[in-house]
Amino acid sequence: MPYLKESYDVAVVGAGHAGCEAALASARLGLKTIMFTVSVDSIALMPCNPNIGGSSKGHLVREIDALGGEMGKNIDKSFIQSKMLNRSKGPAVHSLRAQADKQNYSSQMRRVLENTENLVIRQAEVSEIVTGENNEIVGVKTVSGAEYACRAAVLCTGTYLRARCIYGDISYYTGPNGLMAANHLTESLIAHGIEMYRFKTGTPARVDKRTIDFSKMEEQKGDEKVVPFSFSTDPASVQKEQVSCWLTYTNEETHKIIRENIDRSPLFSGAIEGTGPRYCPSIEDKVVKFADKNRHQVFVEPEGLYTNEMYLSGMSSSLPEDVQYAMYHTVPGLENAAIVRNAYAIEYDCINPRQLKPTLEFKAIPSLFAGGQFNGSSGYEEAAAQGLIAGINAALSVKQQEQVILDRSQAYIGVLIDDLVTKENHEPYRMMTSRAEYRLLLRQDNADMRLSEIGHKIGLVSDADYQKVLDKEAAIETEIVRVEETHIGANQKVQEFLREHESTELKSGITLAELVKRPELDYMMLAELDPKRPELSDEVAEQVNIQLKYEGYIKRQMQQVKQFKKLEKKKLYVDFDYTKVKGLRKEAMQKLNLYKPMSVGQASRISGVSPADISVLVVYLEQHGSRQN
Amino acid sequence: MYKCTGTGKDTGYQMENDTIAAIGTAMSHSGIGIVRISGADAITIADRIFKAKKKEKKLKDVATHTLHYGHIVKDEQIIDEVLVSVMKGPHSYTAEDVIEINCHGGILVMKKILDAVIESGARPAEAGEFTKRAFLNGRMDLSQAEAVIDIINSQNDFALKSAVRQLSGSVSDKIKAIRSKLIYEIAYIESALDDPEHYPMENYGEELQEKLKPLLLEMEKLADTADDGRILKEGIKTVILGKPNAGKSSLLNLMVGSERAIVTDIAGTTRDTLEEHILLDGISLNMVDTAGIRQTSDLVEQIGVERAKSQAEEADLVLYVIDATKPLDDNDREIIRCISDKKSIVLFNKCDLDTVLAEQEIRQMLPEKSIVVFSAKERTGFDVLKDRIKEMFYSEELKFNDEIYLTSARHKAALDSAHRSLQLVLESIRAGMPEDFFTIDMMSAYEQLGYITGESVEDDLVNEIFSKFCMGK
Repeated sequence: MPYLKESYDVAVVGAGHAGCEAALASARLGLKTIMFTVSVDSIALMPCNPNIGGSSKGHLVREIDALGGEMGKNIDKSFIQSKMLNRSKGPAVHSLRAQADKQNYSSQMRRVLENTENLVIRQAEVSEIVTGENNEIVGVKTVSGAEYACRAAVLCTGTYLRARCIYGDISYYTGPNGLMAANHLTESLIAHGIEMYRFKTGTPARVDKRTIDFSKMEEQKGDEKVVPFSFSTDPASVQKEQVSCWLTYTNEETHKIIRENIDRSPLFSGAIEGTGPRYCPSIEDKVVKFADKNRHQVFVEPEGLYTNEMYLSGMSSSLPEDVQYAMYHTVPGLENAAIVRNAYAIEYDCINPRQLKPTLEFKAIPSLFAGGQFNGSSGYEEAAAQGLIAGINAALSVKQQEQVILDRSQAYIGVLIDDLVTKENHEPYRMMTSRAEYRLLLRQDNADMRLSEIGHKIGLVSDADYQKVLDKEAAIETEIVRVEETHIGANQKVQEFLREHESTELKSGITLAELVKRPELDYMMLAELDPKRPELSDEVAEQVNIQLKYEGYIKRQMQQVKQFKKLEKKKLYVDFDYTKVKGLRKEAMQKLNLYKPMSVGQASRISGVSPADISVLVVYLEQHGSRQN
Repeated sequence: MYKCTGTGKDTGYQMENDTIAAIGTAMSHSGIGIVRISGADAITIADRIFKAKKKEKKLKDVATHTLHYGHIVKDEQIIDEVLVSVMKGPHSYTAEDVIEINCHGGILVMKKILDAVIESGARPAEAGEFTKRAFLNGRMDLSQAEAVIDIINSQNDFALKSAVRQLSGSVSDKIKAIRSKLIYEIAYIESALDDPEHYPMENYGEELQEKLKPLLLEMEKLADTADDGRILKEGIKTVILGKPNAGKSSLLNLMVGSERAIVTDIAGTTRDTLEEHILLDGISLNMVDTAGIRQTSDLVEQIGVERAKSQAEEADLVLYVIDATKPLDDNDREIIRCISDKKSIVLFNKCDLDTVLAEQEIRQMLPEKSIVVFSAKERTGFDVLKDRIKEMFYSEELKFNDEIYLTSARHKAALDSAHRSLQLVLESIRAGMPEDFFTIDMMSAYEQLGYITGESVEDDLVNEIFSKFCMGK
């Protein structure tokens, strides 16, 4: 029997990494928010890999933090090992990755949610969205018949929609870890004209630590000095004892077992219909696709401090249970491994994200927003980033304020969302640094300087935190000027120092800045020649070094960004009918009508729209818009 | 054409106020052509290559709307004697600073001047870009928008068509091979950055250096061929059609001035098309000899015949060689159907032998075509043929599209820019920069080369990473 239960400003469907950020952002912005989950015990669950961050994903976490999101703070509280990847490479690809205590990660996030004002947590399966006369969202209904009125809603259903877990010929309709699937909502979404996709992903087995022979594996330790994810975490607070991961490899024997049983894999027999990601293939995929490789890496990672379960990274699978035993037992160190949980593949419903604006609002359903794996992405960090933006914009839409769009030159989050809503996407989307064309500018070390201003303006970053960023920027600027104006003479001490560091000796005086730019030197080591250097924090020193050292490249990218912004600024209406523009090629016309881009810049990135089409569009706009207004 | 992607460093779209250049008007009988430059740096760029008669005179100091006499000089070599007009914005065609270089040294000289302008800092204009700028800068009435759109589209269509048509297969293959090697290395680096515990990078810089050197050499070779016009078959596409053994290859050899095609008495000797680039008193002709058109059951020859027909369709000019010693048959009628709406000249060949065909017969079937009584063997009518081609060209009956030179200039600029980018990579390697800096310039080279082959970047990198490198958990 349907009945009206309560009214909220914002309803968030799902309590995974996207849902948590969305609900927190909305509630923190002062809106009455309800968050639905099929199980309160699964809030901020990490059903797959036990880590946060990594290449480009670490950037996302830093950006979430700079905008006032929670993920960075939460992993700082619950990590058990931390590593800055790519330290020997350029600053743009340094990436932080931390192993999480999964249980603790969930508990910490749950505690934050439960203690956030304006936020209500409700265990219930949402089965319908309810729309009003302009097709705008007015509420959501649960399976039990309760209707919750709302002025905006955010869908973050992750991998739960009509979820199905499969290994061998066993399959059952549950979400990850045997949790209840959400089997009803898809139908309501389709009835509202939303186009659905079916994607697939997978996870490896978990084995009992006591049955692993670590002497046959290489130990992988964390960094000696841990860098926190959150800009607001005190670095001293994260220096603690860490747990190791372990590296081992598959071998010909493993591959032989897989090949012999490949016909029993649901992937190859056709029992799986969803599209899987190419970047995290199952071990059977790897063996088939990369037949010439005689071994693959396996990282054995702890799932937490208070569990013996270990995650076998690199060996996700949907092979039958008996084959899983056989293949895992061929791996050095895992000969006697006892499986706690089987590896499995999971299929789920998600949307074609083309239906969203870059604000993550559905173009056709006002005030309905979406985030996370529901939008066809993969990964905890990608999910959290979208959840945050969707939550912020849901709140802003209720407040009738201008919504937030981050562009490709501002943040990885901008690249992520723009790729999702603008490009053809046929597999779960994963962030990569190579997807960011301005990656020299979008570094993890400067996320606070890029985004705190926006977070502060929205209202998620406190005055005090924002002031800290402003002070940091001022300190960097002052120091750079000083370094540029500091002259170093070709005296004996200097020449000796240069000889020591295998750097060319000076013929005449030079500025300190020029020495910093030499590849073999850096700002930090030059302290020796710089007696007047003021006391500066590590963060400031790092920025001074990067900004001076890579000045040429950074300037080049900034120049490109200027050009890029010009086209982004030319706005387009999402209800514009492109058949009116005579002179567009047919393919371009169709694509533009399908995608309904928000700017000429976005239009230019749609596949099938050529530079000549953009010229035509610009001329048309000039004729019908700017000069008359 | 070029596409903006999420992968490379360039946006792919023309900047809105940089300086562009193109050839302004077609060659006329007097041989005067214009190279036009527009944009903020137009005058500075012109000053880099223009030497006025009065040595101290610089264009940046002269009044607007004035004309100046002097020479275009590149690497201390005089390219041509020119008149340069200076029109400062906003009172110019595009409302920007505009320079027009009036030259009279023929097509090749004009092309050299355009190349010099581009090397001095201008960018080859995109399709319809001068007109588009004029419109966007308010120099044209809003009601002219549709005309502007037409110009953009027609020039773009032409550029696309000519790019594909003129780029020879071997050049295209070479560029594709370079691109595929580049994207592989980029994907390797990016995979290693994405999954640093999986792909090693020790000594990779040195390895990459060795891999890039041959690519740079290959690109230098391509650039050299671009200079002497071999990379793009610029010119009036002139297709020779006729029945087997009508004398097509003899005509080609006569025009080229050497024994290029094998000439025998056996019908069907030329089984495929042969191409030669020639200069006819400054007019650039791109000659194509085809397999004779006849009904045939020989499969190889059949393919040749089909190719001949499609070549004829793309031709700017068709030279139809008739064997006057044989009566017209179905094959001739097939050819006549092919060329009825084409600019063409009919050659009444073998007039030195006993002819059975009357000129009149042909004239009735092709009333508007010129007919030249001809003998390839005796060179009879050869001068008449040459005069007729020149006449058609100068009367603009044979319209030669300036866009071809622009396409060529764009390709050259793209090749040069790709070369520069790879040199930057070598510099970065030598300077000990981290590996992630290499891919910035490598991707840029990849994009530029794609511009030549008409391939965009799209998701190439991500696809290469996923297909060649095993990633993930």
